[in-house]
Amino acid sequence: MSILVVAEHDGSRLKPGFLNTISAARKIGGDVAVLVAGHQAGAAAAAAAKVEGVGKVLHADAAHYASPSAENLAALVLTLAKEYSHVLAAATGFGKNFMPRVAALLDVAQISDISDVVSADTFVRPIYAGNVLATVQSKDPIKVVTVRITAFDPAAEGSGNAPVQTVAPGPDSGLTVVQGQELTKSARPELSAARVIVSGGRGMGSGDNFKILEALADKLNAAVGASRAAVDSGFVPNDYQVGQTGKIVAPELYIAVGISGAIQHLAGMKDSKVIVAINKDPEAPIFQVANYWIVDDLFKVVPELTKQLG
Amino acid sequence: MKVLVGVKRVVDANIKVRVKSDGSGVETANVKMAMNPFCEIAVEQAVRMKEAGTVSEIVAVSIGGPQSQETLRTALAMGADRAILVETDQEVQPLAVAKAFKALCEKEKPGLVIMGKQAIDDDCNQSGQMLAALLGWPQAAFISKIEISGDSAQITREIDGGLEKLSAKLPLVATTDLRLNEPRYVTLPNIMKAKKKPLENVKAADLGVDVAPRLTTVKVAEPPKRSSGVKVADVAELVQKLKNEARVI
Repeated sequence: MSILVVAEHDGSRLKPGFLNTISAARKIGGDVAVLVAGHQAGAAAAAAAKVEGVGKVLHADAAHYASPSAENLAALVLTLAKEYSHVLAAATGFGKNFMPRVAALLDVAQISDISDVVSADTFVRPIYAGNVLATVQSKDPIKVVTVRITAFDPAAEGSGNAPVQTVAPGPDSGLTVVQGQELTKSARPELSAARVIVSGGRGMGSGDNFKILEALADKLNAAVGASRAAVDSGFVPNDYQVGQTGKIVAPELYIAVGISGAIQHLAGMKDSKVIVAINKDPEAPIFQVANYWIVDDLFKVVPELTKQLG
Repeated sequence: MKVLVGVKRVVDANIKVRVKSDGSGVETANVKMAMNPFCEIAVEQAVRMKEAGTVSEIVAVSIGGPQSQETLRTALAMGADRAILVETDQEVQPLAVAKAFKALCEKEKPGLVIMGKQAIDDDCNQSGQMLAALLGWPQAAFISKIEISGDSAQITREIDGGLEKLSAKLPLVATTDLRLNEPRYVTLPNIMKAKKKPLENVKAADLGVDVAPRLTTVKVAEPPKRSSGVKVADVAELVQKLKNEARVI
């Protein structure tokens, strides 16, 4: 078996989920090659070559890979995929965007968001917002797989020494033109990589009230997240969203504030190691997954917690 | 411009599903069903574009058993003009959905296809991207805004960490994210009107597409339960537990 992992990176550094995807590849077994498509992204290719378990790195450089469109990236992967038994990418916004195109053009199914590897053709994946785990088998000649990064430990960085080969870039299809990105600027850690996450729900009442969560987050070096209800209510942008339709996280500590615990939110955070819930409703479903909970007014509890951590 | 909108019938988002006792699947008999929430957003978007004058006709499409007609009637009540059910009694997986939509696109020639980004039953998040690839069309996945001018679209889409702006020539496949719009409720008069709108049934085989599933479900199971936690009296006790018992701070 031979596995191609498509790396997500920002030109100089690999995104955190890449290391977890390598672990999933190693669990399948066989040789692991990594594709780094970018523009002047030699540093990211060099970093991938050092990751433990990586056999070789394929580096494609072109201006249209700086923020690659799904169309261009899928076309490039397609030129390489036939030599591999598996193509993997993280089930992040990056992988979810282009991987189904790869699968469709290979006329194979995609196995989305795997949380475990049973064998080279059989995988476990959560369905129904993580309330059910399905074990599925693919008989397709090439398995196109996206990986739930919280379900696999990161591979070790820095010990490997894989060769980096240049591969020819594909043409720019021009089907879509990426005109720019507006990234939320924050000194806090990324949600998907944070050790601690403080999340707010509808109970926060307004976007302005998220300031008390930010103060708590700063004490804990935590990321700030939100429930779908808080995003729907316009309190915070969608990239804060934790849940079935947002980000899937599994930090060491998850503090849910004013979040009732809808199925779709629990889907995104119930694999966290320790869950703390703060809610004034004693019947809130979030308490069913919490290790510790306080039934009280969040506007009293959160500032008090921030103070006591000081 | 004609718009094709995909709608899927799924277990209602508020229902907690149960695994069948033999582990072969999920219990769907006598369970409340509804239109997939992201498909509702897709229908709403098409209806708003029609109200704004950029869209002339909305065709709602579903693939599945005869019960999916109910879901199509909901789309008609929201404002779609007509509906097509691609009927099959097989389990429908995303590649099959994409192939059926491709066949319909070749016949209907829409300028835009709008689908939900993900169905809340299988959580696959694939069909729209697959359709765009099979047609060789541009894709705009996870959109929060779309504006059509002439033969091109300006799109804002949700990405990890923020937003991305795209432009694309039509025809285009777009998949909806949460913030695109808030779907309307259907009113009784519109439900009555929807009953008179045309709903066409075609067999998957008549479209000349193979909808056989590619993935076999070996088994389904419930995930391990979290061990039950404890209520703490106050912040001081919480901090003490986090420090000394859980050791996470």
